[in-house]
Amino acid sequence: MKLDEVPQDDSKSFEGQRKRLYARNADGEYTTALSSGWEAEDVVLDQAVEEYNRFAREARQRVQQGLSSPLEYHMYAHRMDITVLAQATGFFRWQVKRHLKPAVFRHLKPGKLQRYEEAFQMTADQLRTLPPDDQ
Amino acid sequence: MTDFDHQQTAHCESGAVAALLRHNGLDLSEPMVFGLSSALTYAYIPLVKMGGMPLLAYRMPPGRIIRGLSKRLGIRFHFERFRKPADGTAALDRYLEQGYPVGLQASVYWLPYFPENMRFHFNAHNLVAYGKEGDDYLISDPTFEQPVRAESVALQRARFVKGMLAPKGLIYYPESTDIPTDLHQAIPKAINSTARMMLRTPLPFIGVRGIRHVARHMEKLSPANEHHNKLLIGHMVRMQEEIGTGGAGFRFLFASFLQESAGILNNDGLAKAADQFTDAGDEWRRFALYAAKMLKGRSTLDYRKLADQLRTVADMEQEGYRTLLALDLR
Repeated sequence: MKLDEVPQDDSKSFEGQRKRLYARNADGEYTTALSSGWEAEDVVLDQAVEEYNRFAREARQRVQQGLSSPLEYHMYAHRMDITVLAQATGFFRWQVKRHLKPAVFRHLKPGKLQRYEEAFQMTADQLRTLPPDDQ
Repeated sequence: MTDFDHQQTAHCESGAVAALLRHNGLDLSEPMVFGLSSALTYAYIPLVKMGGMPLLAYRMPPGRIIRGLSKRLGIRFHFERFRKPADGTAALDRYLEQGYPVGLQASVYWLPYFPENMRFHFNAHNLVAYGKEGDDYLISDPTFEQPVRAESVALQRARFVKGMLAPKGLIYYPESTDIPTDLHQAIPKAINSTARMMLRTPLPFIGVRGIRHVARHMEKLSPANEHHNKLLIGHMVRMQEEIGTGGAGFRFLFASFLQESAGILNNDGLAKAADQFTDAGDEWRRFALYAAKMLKGRSTLDYRKLADQLRTVADMEQEGYRTLLALDLR
C-alpha cells in the first residue's frame, strides 16, 4: 500500500477517530499514515453489528410473546451469545439456556440474578424488563 | 503527574510494549517490537469458536508480543494478576502515585472511550495507564490518536471481566531496560522463527498451509447456507483489517520490520523481502475488497474467486518466507 492509497472513507463507526496504518512513501520507504476508515471494513463491521441487532430484535418479540425471558434480549443487546454469557457469569451453558425460559427466570434466586447484574452492569429491575424500543 | 509520550500505533500490544520501553529509555519502533517477538502468523482453528465464528488469527495469541520480545532481547517484564478487583485497583493506584506508567489488559467492550460500533467482547486489549486525576485515569491507548480517560469504576470493570482471555487485572511493566540490546543477533533469530513457523508447522491449519486450507474450505461452502457463509467471509475480513492490524492482517507491519532490519543489518535481500510482503499485503487487501463488494451485493457471491485470491496470497507469502530462509541470516 502506498501513502496515496491509504483509504479516507470517513467511516461513521470511527466517530471521528482515525487509525494508524503502515504504507510506503514515494521512495518505497515505510511510514505510517492516518486513515479515517475504509469502506470495505465498514461493510463487515456493519454486518457484525447488525447481526447482533437482528438477534436482539427477534429476542424482543419472543419476550413480548412470553416465549423467552428478558435475559435473551439483554444478552444480544450486549453483543453476547450463550457461550460468552456463560463465561462472563461463570454459569454452565445449559444453565444460561434454562434461564432464558420465562418461568425459570422469574423464580431465579437473588444470588444467581446478581451474577447477571454484574455481567451486564444492570439492576435487577432493569434485567426483568425490556428497555423501550430502540429502533 | 507523570509525563508520558503518547504515540498512536497500529496494534495495541506492540504499541503498549514499545511505549513502555520508550518511557524506560529503549526506543524501538512498533514494527521492530512486532517483528522481534515473531508475532506474525496465520491460524484457522474451527474448533475454537468466537461469537459462533471459527478462531482466525493473523498474529500470535495475546501476550506473545510481550513474552516473545522479553525472550528475544532478554528484557524482563514484571506481571501481576489479581483475584479481587479492589486489590487490582489499589495496586494500579500505587504504581501511578509512584510515577510509574504500567501496561494493562482490559476488555474493549467495557472501555468507555471506545466508539459504540467498535465495542465487542475482546478481553485482551492493551493500554498504558500513566496517571490519575480525581477519579479519572489518564490512559495512553495505543490505538487512539490522543490520550484518553476512564473513570475508576469503568476501568476496574474492563480489567476484571470474566471469560475467554480474562485479564484478571493484569498489570505489566519492563523491569530492566538498561541492558544492551543486540539487534544484530536478535533480528535473524526472529525472522527465521517466523519463516519456519509459516512454512513448516506440521498442522494443516497453521501458516501458509492454513491459508490454502481456508481456500479449500471456501470452495466447499454450500450455497444453501448463504447467510452463514457471508458472516464467515465478513469475519475473515474483520480479523484481517479491523482489529488493530496496521492493514492487511499485520503484513504491512511485518514488511516495515523487514525494511528497517535491512538497514540495520545492511542486507539488500531483506529489502527485497520487504517488497514481497508488501505485495502480499496488497493482495490481502484485494481479498478484503472483493469480499466486501460481494457482501454488499455489488458483485455476485463467488466462493471460487475468493478461494483463488487466497491461493494467490498463499503463493506470494510462501515465496517471501523462502526468500527469508534462503538469506541464511545468523
